[in-house]
Amino acid sequence: EKTNTNFLNKLGKAVAGKSKVDDEVLDSLEEILVSSDVGVATTIKIIDRIEERVARDKYLGTEELNTILREEIAGLMSETNSGDATDFSVPAKKPYVIMVVGVNGVGKTTTIGKLAYQFKKKGLNVVLGAGDTFRAAAIDQLQIWADRVDVPIVKQQMGSDPASVAFDTVQSAVKMNADVVIIDTAGRLHNKVNLMNELTKVKRVMQKVVDDAPDEVLLVLDGSTGQNAFEQAKQFTAATEVTSLAVTKLDGTAKGGVVIGISDQFQIPVKYIGVGEGIEDLQVFNKIEFVDSFFRV
Amino acid sequence: MFDNLSDKLDKAMHVLKGHGQITEVNVAETLKEIRRALVDADVNYKIAKDFTSTVKEKALGQDVLTALKPGQLMTKLVKDELTQLMGGEAEGLNLSGNPSVILMSGLQGSGKTTFSGKLANFLKTKKTKKPLLVACDVYRPAAIDQLHVVGDQIGVEVYSNKEEKDPVKISEAAIAHAKANGFNVVIIDTAGRLAVDQAMMNEIAAIHKAIEPQETLFVVDSMTGQDAVNTAKAFNDVLNFDGVILTKLDGDTRGGAALSIKTVVDKPIKFIGTGERMEAIDVFYPSRMADRILGMGDVVSLVERA
Ligand SMILES: Nc1nc2c(ncn2[C@@H]2O[C@H](COP(=O)(O)OP(=O)(O)OP(=O)(O)O)[C@@H](O)[C@H]2O)c(=O)[nH]1
Ligand SMILES: Nc1nc2c(ncn2[C@@H]2O[C@H](COP(=O)(O)OP(=O)(O)OP(=O)(O)O)[C@@H](O)[C@H]2O)c(=O)[nH]1
Ligand SMILES: [Mg+2]
Ligand SMILES: [Mg+2]
Repeated sequence: EKTNTNFLNKLGKAVAGKSKVDDEVLDSLEEILVSSDVGVATTIKIIDRIEERVARDKYLGTEELNTILREEIAGLMSETNSGDATDFSVPAKKPYVIMVVGVNGVGKTTTIGKLAYQFKKKGLNVVLGAGDTFRAAAIDQLQIWADRVDVPIVKQQMGSDPASVAFDTVQSAVKMNADVVIIDTAGRLHNKVNLMNELTKVKRVMQKVVDDAPDEVLLVLDGSTGQNAFEQAKQFTAATEVTSLAVTKLDGTAKGGVVIGISDQFQIPVKYIGVGEGIEDLQVFNKIEFVDSFFRV
Repeated sequence: MFDNLSDKLDKAMHVLKGHGQITEVNVAETLKEIRRALVDADVNYKIAKDFTSTVKEKALGQDVLTALKPGQLMTKLVKDELTQLMGGEAEGLNLSGNPSVILMSGLQGSGKTTFSGKLANFLKTKKTKKPLLVACDVYRPAAIDQLHVVGDQIGVEVYSNKEEKDPVKISEAAIAHAKANGFNVVIIDTAGRLAVDQAMMNEIAAIHKAIEPQETLFVVDSMTGQDAVNTAKAFNDVLNFDGVILTKLDGDTRGGAALSIKTVVDKPIKFIGTGERMEAIDVFYPSRMADRILGMGDVVSLVERA
């Protein structure tokens, strides 16, 4: 956080008395962006855009540079996050099936608990599917969330086939006339071919019950992850056609800058952000607030 | 992003061809390339900058014409410097206590519980110790159950008390239990916590103070980005930990956070986690990690073990 204060100061100093944004200013700019995990490629892109504007508009003061920077970053994000949702809602299609995927420990199960709570609050009937049959006590963990939120859960034994759990869950949801189904999956690193194939299978099996299930594949990213998040987005998309992102743990000091780079390079909108371990600690993603938090002292 | 650094350097070093020596001017582009490669590998930006100036100092005045191609010369300089920074010989654990107490710490989801199990299994099977696992995460849903499942898998007893909400009391009782029952290592799993969560940092400081562990380990996800320095520093300020555990290296992350953490807290990286299963634990090799950060192909030796 101090880095940002320094940055604004530095930026102020570097620009003071100058008629143009020079290399020094651009270096400071590179520093703040890169220090927030935005990544080298997207950082260079942003800096190039600023340079273009400097060339066009001739003079840029600190104030302006700040505004322009925000505009540029928001611009990069708009292309994918145009229809920023304002609340927790899902299309009125029954059942609306959400499959949650991601690498180990990012916050999938917790996000599912929080999401179920939000949907339930909206009066929707939610069913959870315990598709992580691998990690120690993963089913118990989801069961506790189901109890907290007071929604039904469909589960099998540890070690059973996750595709079969997903199938059962969607089938039960149809019988129960549920509004929303959320399927948990085991964490897996995206470079493990077998595990990624398993995910493809889990997805496919649901279609035997509901034609276009899952309606949504939510990739959960840990907000403190660095450049590896790009590979995660890429590989999970290849295996399951990810439709939306949730970024967790933004209550820490990490700023989740990698999301800017990912928005720039993939056409996947960010839907939710996690800001704590509690049941209420999930927010609908707001692009402007996110960009602002970047420059907050 | 996974481009090989030495290829990049070879390209950047084209400017050097025809010059007899490395000079401020002709090395500038190369250094920028190195810095970017490091940042791409998640090395902290400032640390990458300092690192490249050190490399520059060492490179200046070196003869390019004599032995190697300039790209190779620079790559070697970078690799050697990085290996040296990552640490010397692999460092073991201090197991001199009776029982020896090992405290886990780290952010949420970094791999503490899994690593606690791996370490217990390692000490039991490779070091003929009799370890006791202790469940001090009283917050995360099913955290205690998770440790019990892990303990069952490896045949190691787990001490827990679902009625007790104070981890200090649980850990003290566990150590008493260990003494009474001939356990010679006590591994304490704790809840994940953010460095900015004052109450939770106070809690682990209290545990640390009460049990005076021989080893306090900071468990960190190798995919962590730029923020790794802040977290490592904050945990070290509170716990003055003895070593670092780098998890999830079975992925394809370059793991630059390892360099950042090493630089900021100057504590040895003791073990790495290379999978979800109990056997997926390995000692840390600085030179392999240097290769990996530089994209020089160690990824191959860490192929799927799941
Ligand atoms: N501070 C904070 N912690 C979070 C957040 N979301 C999840 N966590 C914590 O992160 C840890 C891992 O969360 P899980 O929900 O178990 O993650 P997962 O992706 O399901 O993990 P696996 O199933 O093991 O791959 C838990 O300790 C959660 O309480 C968040 O937004 N902020
Ligand atoms: N692929 C891989 N997964 C790992 C490794 N270490 C841990 N995991 C997985 O990462 C996830 C989180 O691990 P945990 O041991 O629950 O992490 P934790 O730090 O105890 O989490 P909290 O208690 O919620 O803070 C689980 O899915 C583990 O199976 C590793 O080295 N490689
Ligand atoms: Mg989970
Ligand atoms: Mg744990």
